[in-house]
Amino acid sequence: MKPAPFGYADPRTLAEALEVLGREGEGAKVLAGGQSLLPLLSMRLAAPTTLVDINRVAGLDSIESGPDGVRVGALVRHARLLDDAAAAGVQPLLARATASVAHPAIRNRGTTVGSIAHADPSGEMTAVLALTGGSVTVATPAGRSAVGWQDFFVGPLETSVHGPAVVVDAFFPALAQRSGTAFAELSRRRGDYAVCGAGAVVTLDADRRVSAARTAYISVGLVPQVHDLTEAVAGRPVDTVDWAAAGALARTLVDPDTDLHASADYRRLLVGVLTERTLAAAALEATGRTP
Amino acid sequence: MTTKLFGEPVRRREDGRLITGRGRYLDDIGHDALAVAFVRSPHAHARVTDIDVDAALDVEGLVAVYTYEDLLGPMAEPLPVLIPHPQLTAPRTGYPLVRDVVHHMGEAVVMVVATDRYVAEDACDRITVSYEQLPVVVGVDAAREARHAVHEDVPDNVAARHHQETGDVEAALAASAHTLAFTQYIERSACMPMEGKGVHAAWDPADSSLRVYTSTQASTSVRAAIAAKLQLSLEKVEVVAPDVGGGFGVKIVHPWPEELLVPMAAIALQRPVKWTEDRREHFISSAHERQQRQEIRVGYDDDGRLTALDVRIWHDNGAYTPYGIIVPIVTATQLVGPYVVPTYRVRVDSVYTNTVIVTPYRGAGRPQGCYAMERTMDRIAQERGLDRAEVRARNLIQPDQFPYDHHLTFQDGRPVIYDSGDYPGLLDKLTALVGWSGVEERRAEATARGKLLGIGMAMYVEGTGPGPYEGGHVQVLGSGKVLVSTGLTSQGQGHETAFAQIVAHELGVPIEDVEVTTGDTRRFGYAVGTFASRAAVMSGNAIALAARGVKEKALRIAGEALEVDPSDLEIDEGLVQVKGTPGISIPLRTVAVLSNPLRYAFDEAAKQATQFAGPGDDSKPPVAAGDAPGLEHVDYYSPVRSTFASGAHAAVVEIDTLTWEIDVVQYAVVHDCGTIVNPMIVEGQVHGGVAQGVGGALYERMAYDADGQLQNASFMDFLMPYASEVPDIDIDHQQTPSPLNPLGLKGAGEAGVIPGTAAIASAIEDATGRRIAAMPISPTELYDLVRDDAAGRVAPRRTGAMA
Ligand SMILES: Cc1cc2nc3c(=O)[nH]c(=O)nc-3n(C[C@H](O)[C@H](O)[C@H](O)COP(=O)(O)OP(=O)(O)OC[C@H]3O[C@@H](n4cnc5c(N)ncnc54)[C@H](O)[C@@H]3O)c2cc1C
Repeated sequence: MKPAPFGYADPRTLAEALEVLGREGEGAKVLAGGQSLLPLLSMRLAAPTTLVDINRVAGLDSIESGPDGVRVGALVRHARLLDDAAAAGVQPLLARATASVAHPAIRNRGTTVGSIAHADPSGEMTAVLALTGGSVTVATPAGRSAVGWQDFFVGPLETSVHGPAVVVDAFFPALAQRSGTAFAELSRRRGDYAVCGAGAVVTLDADRRVSAARTAYISVGLVPQVHDLTEAVAGRPVDTVDWAAAGALARTLVDPDTDLHASADYRRLLVGVLTERTLAAAALEATGRTP
Repeated sequence: MTTKLFGEPVRRREDGRLITGRGRYLDDIGHDALAVAFVRSPHAHARVTDIDVDAALDVEGLVAVYTYEDLLGPMAEPLPVLIPHPQLTAPRTGYPLVRDVVHHMGEAVVMVVATDRYVAEDACDRITVSYEQLPVVVGVDAAREARHAVHEDVPDNVAARHHQETGDVEAALAASAHTLAFTQYIERSACMPMEGKGVHAAWDPADSSLRVYTSTQASTSVRAAIAAKLQLSLEKVEVVAPDVGGGFGVKIVHPWPEELLVPMAAIALQRPVKWTEDRREHFISSAHERQQRQEIRVGYDDDGRLTALDVRIWHDNGAYTPYGIIVPIVTATQLVGPYVVPTYRVRVDSVYTNTVIVTPYRGAGRPQGCYAMERTMDRIAQERGLDRAEVRARNLIQPDQFPYDHHLTFQDGRPVIYDSGDYPGLLDKLTALVGWSGVEERRAEATARGKLLGIGMAMYVEGTGPGPYEGGHVQVLGSGKVLVSTGLTSQGQGHETAFAQIVAHELGVPIEDVEVTTGDTRRFGYAVGTFASRAAVMSGNAIALAARGVKEKALRIAGEALEVDPSDLEIDEGLVQVKGTPGISIPLRTVAVLSNPLRYAFDEAAKQATQFAGPGDDSKPPVAAGDAPGLEHVDYYSPVRSTFASGAHAAVVEIDTLTWEIDVVQYAVVHDCGTIVNPMIVEGQVHGGVAQGVGGALYERMAYDADGQLQNASFMDFLMPYASEVPDIDIDHQQTPSPLNPLGLKGAGEAGVIPGTAAIASAIEDATGRRIAAMPISPTELYDLVRDDAAGRVAPRRTGAMA
């Protein structure tokens, strides 16, 4: 369990990082917190020729919370995002979901942007980016561009970004008015990757009737997906909604896989249960935010 | 009062060192050593057709490459069958490096030695081994069907047929008022010590001697194996077990191929060589345990009392049998537990599969036996409409029946005769501790919360402390320091503390003066090893006897110096004094100086001693015939047979009816290991055992696919419980001292793990009303079970029924 030989660069600026990535070509990989990449290297499942360590690159470590949303820099660790009250105020899903990412030791090193760049459909933050309708900023030698979540996630551990590129931040839009969120997951052991997880956003109209209900799941399907469950519950006063109907609908929309820890059927069951639970909790929060 | 420590919860003296990073584990030794890595077979069953190492030869830093062709003399022969048995009719072992056919994924085919582990792995990557794949056998059922053979010359895949019976079981079953029959399964798990195996070897060419450090549970035997296989004289080989980060059984197997290959390379290359096992290697090339298929037929009377028990087991022994059939024998003989079984027959087929070998893992066959017997008790209770505790109570061996002879032969070849115990006492304590009679109220309360609550229990008897022997050496130095050594090894159990307590108590010295060394063949050459819950029983008693020998000599010498009768003397706080007459005394350290007539006054101790030294009798030699210089003694303890510890566990589970998650909300343990040296250490052993029991019941399994690929060979997918998954544990003790040894001890090391699977299966069955016939069980499997209308249902019997 020792990595194959690799080159190492620790640039101080983004331009320098992109320059090294360009020079080294396909074999180069960005190293952020290393919590996903280094185990792959140690097991020789990945053998990059060069690691471009971005940990010393200036200007990538800020969390900017504004009325539109929260912009999380590439070097922000999960632990910092978890503790950021301003970010949680703008988009409560951030703290809710990061609390379920691994254990404190891993959250202290692993970056939120790194987990999105890693594009693991079992990662909490991939689902949160999708559910909030977020995007990432990708820097390439040609400049910066925003890439929406739908265009970013291509497959398990695969994104649309190729060639020399660094994801410099992820942007999570603010929670809309009269809306609430919830996040819940089941894992075999506390802190493990979830067997199934769900995030939910519920929006009410001024009469406290449900106007939108959306969910996204983790460890279900190959890429993050947002499911609009509004039709099952639309127009119902929030205190009489039958969330089970939304759960039942969700179960028909997902296409989970079987793995060592859960059958596809069991995951589908959990999708229903978690949909009900998170939608009900999100609705309760939305009620509190609806005058 | 530092000498009156026997039985006290003395803090573990090794912990400060071990938890602040000052331990010295295998990988802490020899940073400049050459490093070993192995090319291991990716296939479960295949013939090696070609090994091409050419591409590896240009790797800079490569030092040597070995294949089977490079093995000479005894190294080219199969590894030993450590514990042969007449019923092990087709034993098979591998070679240190694969000769022609690979029998499980992970077997070592090529050994690479390089300047460091990175380079060694780079070279491994470039070696190409060609294989011709052969049909693969995975699981007891496939082995039993024998459509393919694991070993060509063992077509039925049966390594051994173990068989014991105490009477005519067919007749007894036919005569029984009631009978029932059922089949159940238990899966594989593994020891998974925090530190894997590892070996460091250094050859001293000038002295022609070899020193080997190995992370082992049996350093003396590794030494003998190395000497034999590498054709060295025993006195030229030293083997030391440094701090060992857990063993749980896997490190009692010896010699592991690496324990021979690393020294072989060190000698050949004349440089220190080291191999540190990584986690993946540990998964695929060390040992697993526990898979069995159990077919049980039982007869009982109207009251639920056993009349006959017939058990047929298929035991998966993996690809080889280096450790003989110890695990199946332990299952067969410990299955009967604390119960009177009037007629018993057990037949175990130990079968080959193309998987990692099966050797003892904490419990060593007992969890399976307990699972068979305790689930039988539950079934009888259900059939008779009786409380499960009541059925057990009616079948228990009574306190006045000891010594109790089961008429079986144990793993050590000795009769299974229980030495002492109080099983009804255990059951009473357990039902009180867990609140057995109050469970219906709790069930109702849980139902109101949307949870299914269930309770289960399991009892066991564990043969502990088998022989043949262990020894101890105790020596008092002129400084007052008391050196203690024993040959068996430590893997974190707290031996340093427990053995020091014994010596402080026996000798009357402050515990701070006592220094304990284990597992170092330089200090103690004869030992068996640490397994079968035997360290306290065997070495504890040996050390006590050695301390008593030292005390006798000390009193004799002090008696001469003080001119009093030795029987009037006592030792307290390191001072030899006349009983009841304070003031007339001599420090024990001074006695140590006096014990050696050669007394150069190098230090204060020697100078002080001169005031006690008599003029000497010119007509006698300074060291009398039969005496020896020095205040030291070696003694051995060798028992007639094992002692039998016992206990009872109860688990309360809550099951979420939406997600089928299983939560162990309460876990109660009553434990009897005879006289207790240190209750804190015993409780720690119980805690660790229960954690492994919960792991085995709910989380751990070896996920082999049909091709013999282990799909979860990492801690990401092999789920050991975290602290967050282990319930709080309530413990109550009972002490029925063993009459078989001077200190009255029984072993405590393995007990905690034994009943976990049985108790938790029982609790889940109680909660769900569904028959649990395969363990471990996970939420996804429980969901399948409750959805399956064809699955067995259990009549809703509740606790308290006393029909
Ligand atoms: C035991 C354990 C448990 C875990 N449990 C969970 C869990 O429950 N949930 C979860 O979500 N995660 C979990 N993780 C993963 C963890 O969250 C990682 O931190 C995260 O997936 C990757 O972030 P990183 O900063 O460590 O990235 P790295 O490991 O450094 O990189 C991961 C990948 O992303 C690429 N990358 C990283 N940053 C950038 C960037 N800025 N631009 C372009 N590419 C980039 C790298 O090249 C690499 O391919 C776990 C990890 C471990 C070791």
